[in-house]
Amino acid sequence: MTGKQKKQLMNVFQVTLIVIAILVMLVPIAWIFLAAFKNHIDVFQLKILFTPTLENFRSVFEPPYYLGRKLVNSTIVAFVTVLIAIPAATMAAYSFSRFRMVGETAMLVVVLATQFVPAVVIILPFFVMFRDLGLLDTRLGLIIVNLAIVMPFAIWMIKGFIDGIPLDTEEAAMIDGSSRLQVIRNIVLPMAAPGLLTAGIFCFIISWNEFLFALILTNKDSVTLPIGLALFKAEEGDLWNLLSAAGIIIMVPMFVLALIIRNYFVQGMTMGAVR
Amino acid sequence: MKDNTLKYLLVMPAVLVVFVTAIWPLIESLRLSFTVGRLNRPGSLDQYLGWENYSWAILYEPAFWNSVQVTAIYTVVTVGLTTLLALGLAILLVPGGRLRSGVQTLLILPFAMSPALIGVSFRFMFNPEFGLFDAFFGALIPPLADVSWLANPTLAFSVCVMADVWGWIPFLTLVLIGGLASIPQDTIEAAQVDGAGAWRVFKDVTLPQLLPVLAVVIILKSIFSLKTFDQIYMLTNGGPGTATQTLSHYIYFNGMKYGQVGYASSVAWLMVIPMIFLTYAYAKFVFRKR
Repeated sequence: MTGKQKKQLMNVFQVTLIVIAILVMLVPIAWIFLAAFKNHIDVFQLKILFTPTLENFRSVFEPPYYLGRKLVNSTIVAFVTVLIAIPAATMAAYSFSRFRMVGETAMLVVVLATQFVPAVVIILPFFVMFRDLGLLDTRLGLIIVNLAIVMPFAIWMIKGFIDGIPLDTEEAAMIDGSSRLQVIRNIVLPMAAPGLLTAGIFCFIISWNEFLFALILTNKDSVTLPIGLALFKAEEGDLWNLLSAAGIIIMVPMFVLALIIRNYFVQGMTMGAVR
Repeated sequence: MKDNTLKYLLVMPAVLVVFVTAIWPLIESLRLSFTVGRLNRPGSLDQYLGWENYSWAILYEPAFWNSVQVTAIYTVVTVGLTTLLALGLAILLVPGGRLRSGVQTLLILPFAMSPALIGVSFRFMFNPEFGLFDAFFGALIPPLADVSWLANPTLAFSVCVMADVWGWIPFLTLVLIGGLASIPQDTIEAAQVDGAGAWRVFKDVTLPQLLPVLAVVIILKSIFSLKTFDQIYMLTNGGPGTATQTLSHYIYFNGMKYGQVGYASSVAWLMVIPMIFLTYAYAKFVFRKR
């Protein structure tokens, strides 16, 4: 075999492997998409050809499931969490990036470490406290605990973006007589805007997908979408067509958001440790 | 305003939030771990018990050790498999081109999926009557044709592993592609000119330079594997029996289902110990870059 043939064979081999990888990755997602459009009889069969129906997407919003309420809860909780986290994180990130402070490294290490604290560890005290304060099964309670996981991400991520903004424009503006706050508002914020958007979307996805906190803290009024998945059970077993329709409602908006920030995705997750 | 005052004012809200939402509950759970701590008994949350919760877990609770074992095996297997497969996929995808960068975009999808939903979807795929993977493996390996995957301890565990690996490969692949792309091309070319084969180039040139990224990937994945909860809860709920009960699940069950918050907190803190080491290792990598 000549070198050229060998190379071509190698290429075919690689493309085959890549195609297999795509299949493995997409099949579970595709299967949910198919099931969501099947009626309750077709879903219990392994078939690809069937008469599609939109019935499931109507059913999940009706009694007894009321997915609409969960959708509203998830949206409000994720949105407010982001609205609190991003401004606070931005201010802190600017300070961490531009100034030297007493205990700066300690603060950054603590922020980094809290990211890795298992959710199940911190939720027990929250449950006890929220029970006493009457915050169980409220959106406010969920927002508070979601901040615990979102905040460290946001601080580190935004700090990474601000670190990347060159200092000279800021210094020039200061020499021209701008105050520090004016510099932040007129120079840093516009330049960091894509970073803030990325961090915001990132935190939104994390809050939206959050499961354990909502499982423990909610039971009726403020149940979120991922917990809502547990509803689609009947005596005869799981209602896969409805589960799938609900699954699509949960994942498609996140797919769209994730694709918007795809270029920063990895950077955000590893908080600058890999670059 | 002076920068000297301003800089502390700016960090204050965020640090306050982190303190209230993460540091306080951490300390409070440490306190709870030394109390009788029963949800249905008022006052027991302040009733000091010493080290009894800890010694009970370690000395008298086979279920605790079971969950330690499940978590340990789960962590080793998922970290190993995910890292190896992601490395392979990253090497395949790093040359670029339309097909390969298209795949890189697709890789983001599983990662934006809620882990709870991944659990649901794998339960669906392994349903004994109409699960697609169940049918696939049944056709591939005839002895598995009539097996109910989630009812068998070993197979249920492997389904949990598959769901985890499936959900994490995309992210680790993206990180490793970043790592591979940052290796200077000339070192690889120099080795090729010297007549080194593909495997030699990979082993002696690529791999050593990729090591720091690989280390970060392994640490991060270990942390997330250790605290796995969502998929397990949706997929097997720890079963059959306690075959897939991870530490997080064990803590959840004792704390919330049995109301033994004190005991659950002590187990939670036993789980924090390995986390501290991993976080320390991770922090070293992060701060080395600064």
